[in-house]
Amino acid sequence: MDPKVVADTLWVLITAMLVFFMNLGFACVETGFCRSKNAVNILSKNFIVFAISTIGFWILGFGLMFGNGSSLWGAEGLWFLGGADNSPATADAYKGAYASLNWTGVPLLAKFFFQLVFAGTAATIVSGAVAERIKYFSFIVFSLVLTAVIYPVIGHWIWGGGWLASKGFLDFAGSTQVHSIGGWAALTGILVLGPRIGKYNKDGSANAIPGHNLALGLIGCFVLWLGWFGFNPGSTMAADVDAISRICITTNTAAAFAMVTSTLTSVLLIGKPDLGMTINGCLAGLVAITAPCAFVSVGSSAIIGAIAGVLVVLAVIGFDKVKVDDPVGATSVHLVNGIFGTLCVGLFAESQWMPNKASGLFFGGGWTQFSTQLLGVLAVGATVFVVSLVAWLLIKAVMGLRVSVQEEIEGLDIGEHGNSAYPDFVVRKSLPMSGSMMTAAEPARR
Amino acid sequence: MRKIEAVIRPEKLDDVRKAIEAVGYPGITITEAEGHGKQKGVVQQWRGETYRVEFLPKIKLEIIVGDADVEQIVQAIIKAAKTGSVGDGKIFVSDVRDVIKIRTGERGDAAL
Repeated sequence: MDPKVVADTLWVLITAMLVFFMNLGFACVETGFCRSKNAVNILSKNFIVFAISTIGFWILGFGLMFGNGSSLWGAEGLWFLGGADNSPATADAYKGAYASLNWTGVPLLAKFFFQLVFAGTAATIVSGAVAERIKYFSFIVFSLVLTAVIYPVIGHWIWGGGWLASKGFLDFAGSTQVHSIGGWAALTGILVLGPRIGKYNKDGSANAIPGHNLALGLIGCFVLWLGWFGFNPGSTMAADVDAISRICITTNTAAAFAMVTSTLTSVLLIGKPDLGMTINGCLAGLVAITAPCAFVSVGSSAIIGAIAGVLVVLAVIGFDKVKVDDPVGATSVHLVNGIFGTLCVGLFAESQWMPNKASGLFFGGGWTQFSTQLLGVLAVGATVFVVSLVAWLLIKAVMGLRVSVQEEIEGLDIGEHGNSAYPDFVVRKSLPMSGSMMTAAEPARR
Repeated sequence: MRKIEAVIRPEKLDDVRKAIEAVGYPGITITEAEGHGKQKGVVQQWRGETYRVEFLPKIKLEIIVGDADVEQIVQAIIKAAKTGSVGDGKIFVSDVRDVIKIRTGERGDAAL
């Protein structure tokens, strides 16, 4: 066996396993940032969503995304990974149904696993944004639609040789493909569901609904950070030593700078270094560097991270003000910084790391790449917004989307699952959002 | 007979119990309580919004003693429970009309 194929396959599979582990990270962050009465429900959603992604992406998603076809979607080898394939042959030696992945010299199932864990990530982003009020089975149906249809079709445009790829749109590890898609789907879910009971008062002011376990939140953040060392460096899909080393460091540097700037922004705007904001800041830096990680210098990654850390705090506060109730900040982290990171390719990219491409605006390449990036952001944004909005509304019409008022007050753990995450803990009664405040804020619900 | 009710910091319960044991007391009942004084709780923040936790956890202890023992127990509680910061709590002393020991039926001072 060719040693390069062995090394590349090991690299792809190990980094894919790291990305798989990010499911735990999302489960921990989201559970910790929500109330204990909904912990079982959030854990359940984050757990089963990977099963749903596996099924959806195997049945249809992979073929739709990477199968040879039109510029809009894949058509060959559509179902159950069933197309002809002679991987790990590459380039012109490759003969098969998934030619858009002929640049990586690993077996088809390694390609599938790596792409599957990415699709799973996009689906799990939605979970936190719609938490504490969505019906369990309605969420599962949406996850299936997202991973089997929405994610793969956009993925065909960007990574499957479709029209955005032809235009030169660059999204190395998925600031748009994974994070913005997840973010747009999350935003439309929030808009259809409306805010949680008790989040807004009659006069429109917002209440804090504190999460029940910041320790769990921080564990989740560290798990995600670790996973990102698979997410970004793994997207080379080859053990290219220079590239994976640099991407590892651009990824880490962006996270570090974003943590510092989000903490400082939190001090300036709120008064104290809020740990929840530092956690969101770390994740925002990671999301922002995801698209440009392979194309920018370590110095540029520091600037990108630093800006991302400020953006995420402003976004959390801004979304709260316009009554987009996102319990965990998924839209601020994944949508806002997914867009920002994608645009950063057009600003900070350097041609030394991009064969046959012009640099970004700040490195003498002019506006060309930036305008292509902007086109991609707008096209993907508009499409995912409309399609996911329709999907949410259909699910709402057919099976209902939101749990009953009583169930929401008592917690989804008992209502949806008949479980309790902490059955022998004494519940503290003195936090806000209990009893009278909930009923007082009831009219604010959409 | 008097009832001494003291609302103290939960973390001071051990110190207070040891202090009144040194003085001597007939018996004690404690309750986990929540409440606030003039500060009306504490303000906390969560991701950009602030919120007030109005009721803080406290321990309420009740001791019934003869009139002569009130002052030394009160002083012992003060000494053990005081930190000098807001939230140290309060002590209430009130009259008790009667005490009945359920097992023997004894009443008044004999029942203490």
